[in-house]
Amino acid sequence: MSEILNMQDIVKRYSLDAEELVVLNKINLKINEGEFVSILGPSGSGKSTLMNILGCLDVPTSGKYILANNDVEDLDERELARIRNKEIGFVFQSFQLLQRLNALENVELPMIYARVSPENRRKKAMAILERVGLAEKMNNYPNQLSGGQQQRVAIARSVVTEPTILLADEPTGALDQKTGQQIMQLFKDLNAEGRTIIMITHDTNIARYSKRIVNILDGHLSEGAATNAERVYENGMEQYHS
Amino acid sequence: MLKECMKMAWSNIIHNKMRSFLTVLGVLIGVSSIIALITIVQGATGSITSQISSLGADKITIQAMGTRLKQGLSEKDLEQLSLVNNVSGVSPTVSGKTALVYKRNVKTDVSVQGKNNVYFNKELDSLARGRGVNVLDVNNKNQVAVLGSDLAKELFWGDEPIGQHLLVNGNTVTIVGVLKESSGSIMGSTNDIVIMPYTSAMKTLGVRNITNVDVYMSDANKSESIINDVTTILNSAFNYRENTFTVLNMQNIIDVIGNITGMLTLLLAGIASISLLVGGIGIMNMMLVSVTERTTEIGLRKALGAEPAQIQLQFLIESIFISLFGGLLGLIIGLLIAIVASILMKFSFTITAWTIILAVGFSAAVGIIFGLAPARKASRLNPIDALRHV
Repeated sequence: MSEILNMQDIVKRYSLDAEELVVLNKINLKINEGEFVSILGPSGSGKSTLMNILGCLDVPTSGKYILANNDVEDLDERELARIRNKEIGFVFQSFQLLQRLNALENVELPMIYARVSPENRRKKAMAILERVGLAEKMNNYPNQLSGGQQQRVAIARSVVTEPTILLADEPTGALDQKTGQQIMQLFKDLNAEGRTIIMITHDTNIARYSKRIVNILDGHLSEGAATNAERVYENGMEQYHS
Repeated sequence: MLKECMKMAWSNIIHNKMRSFLTVLGVLIGVSSIIALITIVQGATGSITSQISSLGADKITIQAMGTRLKQGLSEKDLEQLSLVNNVSGVSPTVSGKTALVYKRNVKTDVSVQGKNNVYFNKELDSLARGRGVNVLDVNNKNQVAVLGSDLAKELFWGDEPIGQHLLVNGNTVTIVGVLKESSGSIMGSTNDIVIMPYTSAMKTLGVRNITNVDVYMSDANKSESIINDVTTILNSAFNYRENTFTVLNMQNIIDVIGNITGMLTLLLAGIASISLLVGGIGIMNMMLVSVTERTTEIGLRKALGAEPAQIQLQFLIESIFISLFGGLLGLIIGLLIAIVASILMKFSFTITAWTIILAVGFSAAVGIIFGLAPARKASRLNPIDALRHV
């Protein structure tokens, strides 16, 4: 398994007036290809900041962050945009679909910025929507889709560019329990297909779907113990494969 | 990329129909007023210029006040003028106002002009009936007259005026011709004047000097050398004194009018540009609101990999679309206004490629200038803040 993400001594500091706030304190994190990692922490723990840095939406105050052989900390805005486009697929709590575009067009969006030709865009978007079980809803607009369906579109959008990592921020936060489970199942399936997934959540039950849990508290990261759920998950995987 | 940006921009314009319409209206009013004003001024200039040309672009007009000793031009001076190269003829004009009497009709303050055969040769189609003044009339100081059309109607009530006799300032004069009705020009109409041979007119009116002379050119392109020669003759005639005469070329007058209307066009276009400026501010306002409204969308696009330049392009295209749309509609409406004005004010409507280029160019420029700041603002949004903005 090759290493695709390596954070070394990542520090993020904010200055609020005279007070200095250390949100991330010397974070070290390595993630290999094919992993499904949960970053688990309560609100205010710094997990959102970590996710922003992981997603190249923000840069650390100090430390080294290497993502898919790119040294991220000294990139400018334009290069960061390229990295986000190529290496990262985002899934947000509130789906973040553009209301004025239908499912297909929403999925095509990142490929526009990747300069994929219109025909290829359409082909790929249709294939991926079929993969997430929305072949029939391609031309529906977000307001014509249920929350679960919208999140599926968002997941389709996040993986359509074949990113190095899929970065999900509380992906079930806006969904009911049953739909949330279905979405988590989709993540599991995608992971089984080889996709590397990093999920940020405060929900232990959701975190249990992943193979590895990393706890974050007050800006410090600690590797979580293998949970009971993880074993359940492993069993589930065996069932899935058999 | 450009195509997608256009599609996105279009979808946003359509989505906010009312707002887009009002913004388009701002540009539309600006562009249409510029186009209408320019086209109207150009049309009016065209008609003024053609009126002046119809007075004779092939003509040099001399006004000779003369010196105290020599107040005006002599017959010898006229002959010399007619001998200048490329001059086809010389026509003096003497004029005055006097009373006309026909039977019991008395008409006072009638304008009487003395002309010669050259005038009627040059202005052949000014005659409706009869003949004009000829060489013999001039040489023999014949008491003959050509009547303006209104005057003929007024005095003769439909009777044939030719062959009738009139009293002009007490002298009996035979009518030999009637002028066509002229539409009138800035130089006045010939409908209520009497034209006589200048020699007899001088006698009748008691005018002793010829001060106005038209020099007809056979080649208008040689006007400069002709004016030089004429000036030389006049200088020697008036002993090289200053301010004794003026030589006017119609082309000069046309040029002067062209300059004046050119300045007028600029002035009016400048005033109309203010409304375009207001339209531009409208665009900027709309785009700033749009950027704020779509903060989350911009954040999402950035998260998905949109580069700042691509975001900027998308918003810039949107503002250019709005202003170009306003520009094209403004062009159409401005031209319609100009067409209506040209019909009402009776001048010919002309549309030049420049007008279109101006409208399109101006509106595109407005879109770029006033769209740039909002587009930059959008491109500089921090994706984290933008995504949090729900």
